[in-house]
Amino acid sequence: MAQKTPLHSYHLDMGADMMEFAGYDMPKAYKPLSGGPASPKAEHLQVRSSGGLFDVSHMGRLQFKGVHVLKFLEKVCTRKIRDMKTGQCRYSLVCNEQGGVKDDVIVMRQDEDSFMMVVNASNRAKIVEHFKAVIAANTYKLSFDDVTDKTAMVAVQGPRVIEFIGKFSREIPTLKRYTFTVKNLLIAKLTVARTGYTGEDGVEVILPASMTTMAMKMIMKDVDPKAADAAIKPAGLVARDTLRIEAGMPLYGHELGEEINALSCGVDFAIGMDKDKTDHGDTFIGMEALKKTQAEGGPAKKLVGLRIDSPRQMRQGMAVLSGGKPTGTVTSGCLSPTLNINIAMAFVDKALTAEGTTFEIDLGEGKGTVPATVVKLPFYKKPS
Amino acid sequence: MATPTDCKYSTSHEWHRLSGDVLTLGLTRYAVDALTDVTYATVKPVGTVIAAGKSLGEVESVKTTSDVYSAVAGTIVEVNQAVVSDPSKLNADPYSNWLVKLKVTDTSGMEKLLSAADYDKQFPSGH
Repeated sequence: MAQKTPLHSYHLDMGADMMEFAGYDMPKAYKPLSGGPASPKAEHLQVRSSGGLFDVSHMGRLQFKGVHVLKFLEKVCTRKIRDMKTGQCRYSLVCNEQGGVKDDVIVMRQDEDSFMMVVNASNRAKIVEHFKAVIAANTYKLSFDDVTDKTAMVAVQGPRVIEFIGKFSREIPTLKRYTFTVKNLLIAKLTVARTGYTGEDGVEVILPASMTTMAMKMIMKDVDPKAADAAIKPAGLVARDTLRIEAGMPLYGHELGEEINALSCGVDFAIGMDKDKTDHGDTFIGMEALKKTQAEGGPAKKLVGLRIDSPRQMRQGMAVLSGGKPTGTVTSGCLSPTLNINIAMAFVDKALTAEGTTFEIDLGEGKGTVPATVVKLPFYKKPS
Repeated sequence: MATPTDCKYSTSHEWHRLSGDVLTLGLTRYAVDALTDVTYATVKPVGTVIAAGKSLGEVESVKTTSDVYSAVAGTIVEVNQAVVSDPSKLNADPYSNWLVKLKVTDTSGMEKLLSAADYDKQFPSGH
């Protein structure tokens, strides 16, 4: 039986078609209350043009506190953590010893010795076990609490979101990207971070599960999401996926995985290969393997963005061919609702990653090939 | 939107409407709702002979690529080009926007298909 998030009844009330994802019953897309079919494309365009609200409560929320919290986080996170300021968020990978990716996470510094981490739903159990093992092996002194079930999390994303969220708190519009603040709401604390997974401006809010209904009303102040022309409407998992693909953001199980070298995923900014050069001489799990990869001239494959000159949808696992010979594999693809062309991400031989390089994608089952061209990631960048 | 009672339904989610020796075929509401926004539709060319239970084309959405089957053998006599060039018509109204017409000689596949009421019972669609 799939688990329900604290927003489950909200989804049903808003007309959601539900689907199971990572053990949770989640909204796939919402049927308009005025009638007609659910359209992830319409939800996608609503986020790009105005605002959308996503339930991301299924993602794991972990709490760390203690004297060894920095040592611990530096050990498990590829990115530097020590120099984070209170109120800052940072994207990082968590690697295995082989330099493969266990997960990608957001680390939030709440205090000198207190941090929150958001992890992928599908990896939560594995990551919790991994962290427990690392804490035990190194006898780190810190408390580690999985607060996922006690909390809910929503992402509100789109160009008009900050304007509306400013009605709830005048401080939030002053937050810089990748920072957060804690707002007191009666007895509840709301953590509001200016982060997201859509390529748009917006916030992600962590709130106590028991206060979800009230907190949602506060966040969505002056917005009636049931109105046909609402500035912010709920959006489901299908739109979340096409938004992140357009934004060139990797997803665990597609662009990231235990068998995929962290240096091949296009997120080198999140890998602190010089962590050990600081006063503390920190090393992270997987660092040694990745240094070896670097010394050997980098990983054999690299992630690229592809424009597909065909109406066919690209699927994970399709072979990428160069002159008829296999050179890589598609990881994600969709018909871009914003650009109205088929786009994909793929791992290809590192020598073939220059913009303009052309490939053929094998549709499989003898259906033939379609042409693809390397383009710069992200596919979509919000107008500045 | 009611499921039309003058059609018969397959468990692979195609509707079949037989009129004389011409079978008109399309996708059900349940099918297009499961696919979500249909982005691509292709049907084999006019003149292609299709065996009963065999694929006559494909539809795609961001979720999946799916074959389209006819429960009855026949020869393709017409393809709905309006749907091929704008597959979103399938989401808007799957019962008006047929995909293909077949000329059939043997209609024996029809009796295995479900009535609208039985199909709705097995595959309830939300609206």
